[in-house]
Amino acid sequence: MKILVCISHVPDTTSKINFVNGDSEFDTNGVQYVINPNDEFGLTRAIWFQEQQGATVTVVNVGGPETEPTLRKALAIGANEAIRINANPTDGFFVAQQLAEVIKSGGYDVVIAGKESLDYNGGMVPGMMAGILGYNFVNSCVGLTIDGTNVTANREIDGGKETLSTTLPIIIGSQKGLVEEKDLRIPNMRGIMTARTKVLTILEPIAANVNTKAVKFEKPAPKSAVQLVSADNLDELINLLHNEAKVI
Amino acid sequence: MSLLIYAESAEGKFKKVAFELASYAKKVAESLGTTVTAVTINAGDVSELAKYGVDKVLKVKNEALSGFSAKAYADVIKQAAQKEGAKVVVLSSTTDSIYLSSLVAVGLDAGFASNVVGLPVSTNPFQVKRTAFSNKAFTITEITTNVKVLGLAKNSYGIIENNVSIAEEDFNPTIDAADFSVKVTAVEKSSGKIAIADADIVVSGGRGLKGPENWGMIEELASVLGAATACSKPVSDLGWRPHAEHVGQTGKPVATNLYIAIGISGAIQHIAGINSSKVKVVINNDPEAPFFKVADYGVVGDAFEIVPQLIEKLKAFKAQH
Repeated sequence: MKILVCISHVPDTTSKINFVNGDSEFDTNGVQYVINPNDEFGLTRAIWFQEQQGATVTVVNVGGPETEPTLRKALAIGANEAIRINANPTDGFFVAQQLAEVIKSGGYDVVIAGKESLDYNGGMVPGMMAGILGYNFVNSCVGLTIDGTNVTANREIDGGKETLSTTLPIIIGSQKGLVEEKDLRIPNMRGIMTARTKVLTILEPIAANVNTKAVKFEKPAPKSAVQLVSADNLDELINLLHNEAKVI
Repeated sequence: MSLLIYAESAEGKFKKVAFELASYAKKVAESLGTTVTAVTINAGDVSELAKYGVDKVLKVKNEALSGFSAKAYADVIKQAAQKEGAKVVVLSSTTDSIYLSSLVAVGLDAGFASNVVGLPVSTNPFQVKRTAFSNKAFTITEITTNVKVLGLAKNSYGIIENNVSIAEEDFNPTIDAADFSVKVTAVEKSSGKIAIADADIVVSGGRGLKGPENWGMIEELASVLGAATACSKPVSDLGWRPHAEHVGQTGKPVATNLYIAIGISGAIQHIAGINSSKVKVVINNDPEAPFFKVADYGVVGDAFEIVPQLIEKLKAFKAQH
């Protein structure tokens, strides 16, 4: 079984978000980058398939050379090899086309990508890959087992979850719940050392359409100060919620 | 050309997001000088959509579509858009709609902008404002394709009445057997509980509540308010509450009318997940808790004293209103 895990290189969840050049670019100054958390849940499940079912795990990222430490981290966690497509990932459809090309030429059975990245939050790459390739697709995946070519997956739905049955090849949109937080792996020294010698292939992008572009960024307007209500005067809180905020 | 929306229903009844989508679409259609067409799948009475500005409904009734299938539903929406010559397709941000949106976009060779908040900033070039960086910022995104797909962020526009006369038409799209290659074999719904995604009010508890045994008052407060319950990441990591209740950057996003945070300090990742909520209330014994910086209303004090009192007072309030 060949598994491809798509990795986004995103600012750490604690990052302060600022913009430069007339609010046209993200300010990378002082920002720590990590594997997109939704991708990391998927990577961790992929490593489980590697250990339990003999799968090989390739990680892929669309990005410049600055994203390689993130790919090396995925290798240190246990992925067998890595691919970097040397392009700036500005549009979800552009990224999906690049990844679809890798999937086709590599003959992957399972493709896992986070259901959304924590930078642009487009939430479109897994579905677009499925749309381009015509593969089976499960989004918001919180459980995945594979037996031969049969796939059983759980999907989170609004107010519960459902069980789905399908076959390989498949595209999975991963999220928390596919594995638990406690199952995530911190690379150990041995992993970090072996990662240095694992293959990281750099591919040039294929010609592809770009359908959207972010022309400008904005920060939320500053908020007015909190209105404090005394703990002895909860009637006032109810009054404010009813008459001022009109939410109860 | 017209503007197409997919008006979602469950068990034949429209979801509230369908009305928000219609309200939004009407306004966008006006700025483009066109009308709104809704496609419905196994919905009952569709006349209700007229109240929110839908000019025409394409009614799909098909037993094969009685359960949700992203591929099949996307195919229906795509065919409806093609039939209407729709240049703009607006979809909601429910889990199901997010699942099918990218399939629709690829099917229509359309550029797709998700998490859209507010009306287009410009229609030529076509630019929309959307949230990014987990609600810590916005982007103005330009869609350069001929056909555009928008995913409207939940609760970002509101429901606005706009009575029009509605034309109803039966629509029989071609359904391909291959559309059902992913089959639903079981559905588990938490019964008797309000889903976070559907809730107008969410009551959320954090580590300040000291242990899972203290969630009774959170649940009672939620029940008095008709609210869903949620929790912070540490609470879900500690196993006090199910993961499905974890709200925040790596958990569920919350965009409700009222979010009440009890014993939650307000880590940046938590705030990112709930920041789209309209009104935020914090109850915390630490006046320095970061949550007070983002909340609209705050009470400094012991949750174990405040929450039971608040429940009693709200019961009295509810009895009168």
